[in-house]
Amino acid sequence: MAQATLPPEVLDDAKARRYNADAAGLGRLRAGAFVAPALVLISLFLVFPALWVLYLSLSNYRLTGAAAAAPQSVGFDNFVKALTDPEFWSSTWLTFEFVLGSAVIGQVVLGFLIAWIMRDRTGPIKRIVEGLVILAWILPSAVVSFLWVALLDRDGGTLNTLLHAQDFAPLLDHPMLSIIVFNIWRGAAFSMMLYGAALGNVPPSHLESARLAGASGWQQLRDVVFPHIRGHVLTNLLLISLWTFNDFTPFLLTAGGPDGKTEVLSVHVYQVALQGGELGYGAAVSTVILLINLVVAVFYLRLLRSKK
Amino acid sequence: MSAIELRGLTKVYPGGVKALDSLDLTIPDGEFFALLGPSGCGKTTLLRTIAGLETATGGAVVIGGRDVTGVQPGGRDIAMVFQDYALFPHMDVTDNIAYPLRIKKVARSTREQKAAEVGARLGLDKLMDRRPGQLSGGQQQRVALARVMATQAQAFLFDEPLSNLDARLRLEARTFLKKLQHELGVTTVFVTHDQAEALAMADRMAVMESGHIRQIGTPAEVFQRPANTFVAGFIGSTPMNLLDGVVRGDTVEVADCKLAVPQSAEGLLRDGEKIVYGVRPEYNGYSAEPVDGSLVGKVSIVENLGASYLVTLDVNGVPVQAVVPEGHEPALGDEGYALPRRDRALIYRDGELVSA
Amino acid sequence: MTRFVLHRIGFYVLVAVLLAFFAVPLLWLASAPFTSDPTYQVRMPDFTADNFRALFDNPYALGSLWNSVLLAAGTAVLVVAFATLAAYALSRVRLPGRDALLYTLLLLSSIITGTAAMVPLFQLAVELQLIDSQLGLILILTGGLLPAAIFMMKDFMDSTPKSYEESARVFGATPLQIVRHVVVPLVRPGLATIGVWAVANVWGNFLMPYLLLSDVEKQPGAVIMYTLYTEGGQANLQLLATFGLLYSVPVVLMYLFVSKKYGFRFHGGIKR
Repeated sequence: MAQATLPPEVLDDAKARRYNADAAGLGRLRAGAFVAPALVLISLFLVFPALWVLYLSLSNYRLTGAAAAAPQSVGFDNFVKALTDPEFWSSTWLTFEFVLGSAVIGQVVLGFLIAWIMRDRTGPIKRIVEGLVILAWILPSAVVSFLWVALLDRDGGTLNTLLHAQDFAPLLDHPMLSIIVFNIWRGAAFSMMLYGAALGNVPPSHLESARLAGASGWQQLRDVVFPHIRGHVLTNLLLISLWTFNDFTPFLLTAGGPDGKTEVLSVHVYQVALQGGELGYGAAVSTVILLINLVVAVFYLRLLRSKK
Repeated sequence: MSAIELRGLTKVYPGGVKALDSLDLTIPDGEFFALLGPSGCGKTTLLRTIAGLETATGGAVVIGGRDVTGVQPGGRDIAMVFQDYALFPHMDVTDNIAYPLRIKKVARSTREQKAAEVGARLGLDKLMDRRPGQLSGGQQQRVALARVMATQAQAFLFDEPLSNLDARLRLEARTFLKKLQHELGVTTVFVTHDQAEALAMADRMAVMESGHIRQIGTPAEVFQRPANTFVAGFIGSTPMNLLDGVVRGDTVEVADCKLAVPQSAEGLLRDGEKIVYGVRPEYNGYSAEPVDGSLVGKVSIVENLGASYLVTLDVNGVPVQAVVPEGHEPALGDEGYALPRRDRALIYRDGELVSA
Repeated sequence: MTRFVLHRIGFYVLVAVLLAFFAVPLLWLASAPFTSDPTYQVRMPDFTADNFRALFDNPYALGSLWNSVLLAAGTAVLVVAFATLAAYALSRVRLPGRDALLYTLLLLSSIITGTAAMVPLFQLAVELQLIDSQLGLILILTGGLLPAAIFMMKDFMDSTPKSYEESARVFGATPLQIVRHVVVPLVRPGLATIGVWAVANVWGNFLMPYLLLSDVEKQPGAVIMYTLYTEGGQANLQLLATFGLLYSVPVVLMYLFVSKKYGFRFHGGIKR
């Protein structure tokens, strides 16, 4: 009988299976063919535009006129122009206000609040509240934007009727506040559901032992709940910041006005590049947006990896 | 006709892990053959290499006289039952059993008839319209068997066929499988980590350890004469007593007791050499009265095995076990004498069985 | 005891405020379509069907909903088909550079948003003469949704045991037969999820069709809705109310369908 001459190398059967994952015997060639159509579309309509935007940002491309026919490279002029343009900086500041106010503070706080007060509840109250919050989230943006235009209308808007006010025009007088409140209303559902799921994962025994030790509601929140959902909070913050930063819906409410008071970067790009025709300059601003997205996304992916 | 032959079969995974190390094995036509070993010994890899789900890095697989080493699994004329049965959850029992025939482009009516036939044979006739999710574990196993039977393949491969059943059902299924294989007469290889299962079902078996076959034989051979201390320790519901000893003339000295040299090692031992003396508890006679050539000690543990008792003697600090029929079990602390059967005791030198 | 009562009162006040905040903006959509002569103000509806006539009188309203259906269905079919094929290959075969590819896909899908890519996409569409082409828009939308779809699909594939495929393979099925007979039926819930997700995304998408479709007859509901309330003159509230409602209903139905059938699986990227 054969004798073991070498020290046995332990091999797990599960590990062995991992090596040969090609269960259907697809082979690399066919697998490549399976991936190809998706990759072609992604390269053409996602990767290529991202690279093209870099090229455009270095040119004086315009929609019409001489520069449209024969665009020339202008180096970093577009970036210099943007970085010295007060409109760009005001737009960046507005974007910051919008993201901080509606996402980082508004949606996170409101979403958590709803998830927290509904955590142990079942029945109609929970279903109605959650249903309405989710409804605000899933309705098409064009529809909800109009609903808010109607709500905030100066003459016959429902808000004025409720407040018994006359001539109160939030969209004109407080446009930034209006779109911030709108976006809190619109997006709270995501945070609510994420925190709802996270709170469901807090082991009840931990809460019970804290309660037995006499911890108050606030202490339970701080000492038991928060350590468990810290990862979710970070995930949530990064995702909704990214989405809000790239949100084009403010355009549907105010189109950047009045007087550019709500012209966040996404709307700014549209106004400059597609209304104003300055594609090169618009591309420079787009590049800035891409870079900011990249930073947030890399943070997010790091976070996902460290969780695994 | 449909024997399975492995010649120098080797499987090395990327990264240099050797799962199979130059195995030679011949399984004659119609045999029910077990691959037994602890987890990680390569038995599943071996089965999957026979099936073609893993590609051998060296050597050959020959099924029914045809070298199929480079052939795709579907072209090997074999059928396999997976550990989780792999019944397609979206097909009913009929479609599951008939699936291999569907691949072979058999007409729908013919394959449904065949499925009904095989299903009826395995007592599935009332379940043919159910989905696998609506079946019990035992029923699922029979569907998996029916599907394999419907292929009329040259050889069957079962991967841990009983491990997904609960303990009671496992005994029933063991009997059922053995009977079925006997009736069908198809060469069948199955993998198991449970030595009792292998002993009960197989015509012959191979015991594997880290990519090597350590012994091939009938269950009786493997049980009575383990070829080495690894097999001796692995086989048997109670492990064999493996006691360090020294040869003294025509006796063996174990734990300061003098025992007779076992029959199998007569004339093969040198005076003064160190050996391991092996005897199964079942072959270790127990007596409360002094007996010549026995192991003497105090009873330290008595375990109930049902119809018998497993008694552990403390023989000068060395634990020695013996099986005692019910009604004869000693009390704790009693003086006891264990007399190994000379025709069953074994001697191991450097881990290998000493025999003519 | 008083503490408990205060707690309860506090809770119900809070719930009332939340309900008001979330419900008030939606009231108009629920009441105006059924109110004669609707204004911006929310009034008790008198359940008239007159407003729906405005819908049928408008030359573009119903057509735009059909356009929305076309865009959503076309994109969903392409996304599901391509994402499934790609996810299967990526899940089962160790293609060289697979992990890097997946990481890049995930990164791309989160950073290249409509906002960031609207300038080059517009230009690309002009160059390729895809302006006013619904097929062009479908391809562009598909490209944007595919990375996230591949990712979600791969999740489904990875959680499907491989023994099903191995079993079919031992019985002699070819790789394509295995995909057709075994893999696709097994991941059907995944296909449905991705499909619904793609439809929801396209149905609500405003920016891309707004940029790329200038022909009113080709524009989907989102763009027509926006045009209806921003174009010059007095907005036609009858039309806005009924159109808004009709355009919203499918989304709500889809949500109910998904949460009933599959439970609402929480996916980070389910909506952007």
